[in-house]
Amino acid sequence: MSTQSQQAAVAPTRPGEPSFLDSVSLIAGREITMRLRSKAFLVSTGILMLAVLASVVLGSLFGGQSDPAKVAVVGSAATAVEGNPALDPVPVDDEAAGEQLLRDGEVDAVISPAASDPLGITVIGLDQTPSSVVSALAVRPSVELLEPAAVDPGLAYLVAFGFGIVFFMSAITFGSTIAQSVVEEKQTRVVEILLSTVSARALLTGKVIGNSVLAFGQIIAIAALAIVGLLVTGQKVLLGGLGSSVIWFVVFFAIGFVMLAALFAASAAMVSRAEDMGSVTTPVTMLVMIPYFLVIFFFDNPAVLAIMSYVPFSAPVGMPVRIFLGQAEWWEPILSLAILIATTALAVAIGERIYRNTLLKTGSRVPLAEALRG
Amino acid sequence: MLELNDVTKRYGERLALDAVSFSVGDGRLTGFVGGNGAGKTTTMRIILGVLAADGGSVSLDGATLTAADRRRFGYMPEERGLYPKMKVLEQAVYLARLHGWAPAAARRNASELLDRLGLGERFDDTIESLSLGNQQRAQIAAALVHHPEVLVLDEPFSGLDPIAVETVQGVLADAAAGGVPVLFSSHQLDIVERLCDDLVIIAGGRIAASGARDALRAEHGSERWELLTDGDTGWLRERAGITVAEFDGGWAVFEAESDAARQAVLAEAVSRGEVVSFTREHTTLAQIFKEVVR
Repeated sequence: MSTQSQQAAVAPTRPGEPSFLDSVSLIAGREITMRLRSKAFLVSTGILMLAVLASVVLGSLFGGQSDPAKVAVVGSAATAVEGNPALDPVPVDDEAAGEQLLRDGEVDAVISPAASDPLGITVIGLDQTPSSVVSALAVRPSVELLEPAAVDPGLAYLVAFGFGIVFFMSAITFGSTIAQSVVEEKQTRVVEILLSTVSARALLTGKVIGNSVLAFGQIIAIAALAIVGLLVTGQKVLLGGLGSSVIWFVVFFAIGFVMLAALFAASAAMVSRAEDMGSVTTPVTMLVMIPYFLVIFFFDNPAVLAIMSYVPFSAPVGMPVRIFLGQAEWWEPILSLAILIATTALAVAIGERIYRNTLLKTGSRVPLAEALRG
Repeated sequence: MLELNDVTKRYGERLALDAVSFSVGDGRLTGFVGGNGAGKTTTMRIILGVLAADGGSVSLDGATLTAADRRRFGYMPEERGLYPKMKVLEQAVYLARLHGWAPAAARRNASELLDRLGLGERFDDTIESLSLGNQQRAQIAAALVHHPEVLVLDEPFSGLDPIAVETVQGVLADAAAGGVPVLFSSHQLDIVERLCDDLVIIAGGRIAASGARDALRAEHGSERWELLTDGDTGWLRERAGITVAEFDGGWAVFEAESDAARQAVLAEAVSRGEVVSFTREHTTLAQIFKEVVR
């Protein structure tokens, strides 16, 4: 009985009932700690970061002005090249000297006077037409646009693609993380102990918040990396245009992710084994993929984009793209956000119901109707 | 005191629990025995609120159980489960904290209990790296780490070696000595017999018998007597009012029609001066179980 008296001596009075918030923060904290401890998570985050950095750096290499082409200029041909920003003239004495430089790879082309040519010059290339030099010399009429596009379409595509891929990657990564964590608790039966301790609502809320914090942290890290990258590589112009759309993207993402997380958790709760997870989470995965592909295919179609920017599943991608393209009125993101918030509230309510009803049903997959009815 | 009143549960057409009523007294170690599918796990799940009953009630000290009451229960489910990738100590601390313990106290509870259960060296090992027996000990720690006011344990002894069984017995006995009602199920009837104060026997969803172990033994105990002598007990067969059930040289098991007949047998044996022992046949829990379940 010595053990017992010893136990009695050290046992403090039992604590009071933990609050809902205490439970939720403990559960969310556990989700975050366990995820940060997973090597797979750290490696995939590292790869995602590298990909973002690489695309910023590549963007600066290909998107920026290319260096002027070096050309050898013979005699009076210099007047034709003078003041042309795309060409860097190297004066030579005669054609033979120029051709020698061309063969040595010192210059891209030789420009020499030619009396028979209407322009008065000839461009000599090595094995093919030096098109960059030719187009630099080409005579073009002046162009006037009645309605100039606000944004370069290539850039618009990049931005749409960027929002799409970030949303897609994060939603899929953290959505399946939540799904896995739900199924793991069912499969290992720890859920029975958990449910005798905390409510299903606290469990679901903690999971969604924990994973949302992680997803959000990742997005912010990516955004910070992209912004720093753009600044360092001197692409300030792009950054200025992106500013407000990035902020809207973050806001939409935060809410849209909670909606998807609740749906992922609920659908995963319907099965008891990790092997069966794919079949139930596929519909939710489709909800994430469809906006991604629509953005890529229809980024230049204002009508489709307008619809997408109001549909809750595609709004986190569609609305920021429209804001970037200058197609959205000031009230549009607010309206779309309201729709998204309402849908999220509904999704969380339905998700919680399914989650609560199916968590202890082990064995085969629980049919949706039964999961909803309870 | 934990009380169940007419608890009923149906799974579709099948009546899994039929008006189950019994009580678990404060400080009483109550063994819960029954065959496979008799309804033990269902009953325990209903007590914990993990499963809803179709009828009847569960009360603690006279008041119907609430979710807040259940939070102070300790539960070991039939289907074992802890987070496989969490460390042993971390897991126990986490569960204590979910029950509302402050971090420092949770840590102290967890390390003391794990030490006592023989997991002192495994604090930083993940659950999945433990042997099955050690996982079982960790599971018991998970049920007890928050100093529960009521303990409900489904098969706490399965998969344990004899030393671990003794350790766990000690832990449960201490909990009961602290006034906690303890309900545990087991297929190992010898352990139940040795450990429990009270017994609840369930068969086919109905309570077949319940009460103090000794009272049950008296009620269902054998009317047979066992005589062991140095000599031959063949003379027993000749005596009036005595039926010999088993016989082997100096040993015999018999039933007596009356106390007088039994006393006469003892007197006769003593007069022959050869008695080694004369006892009522020991009734095992297994025998009681078979009798009430039949």
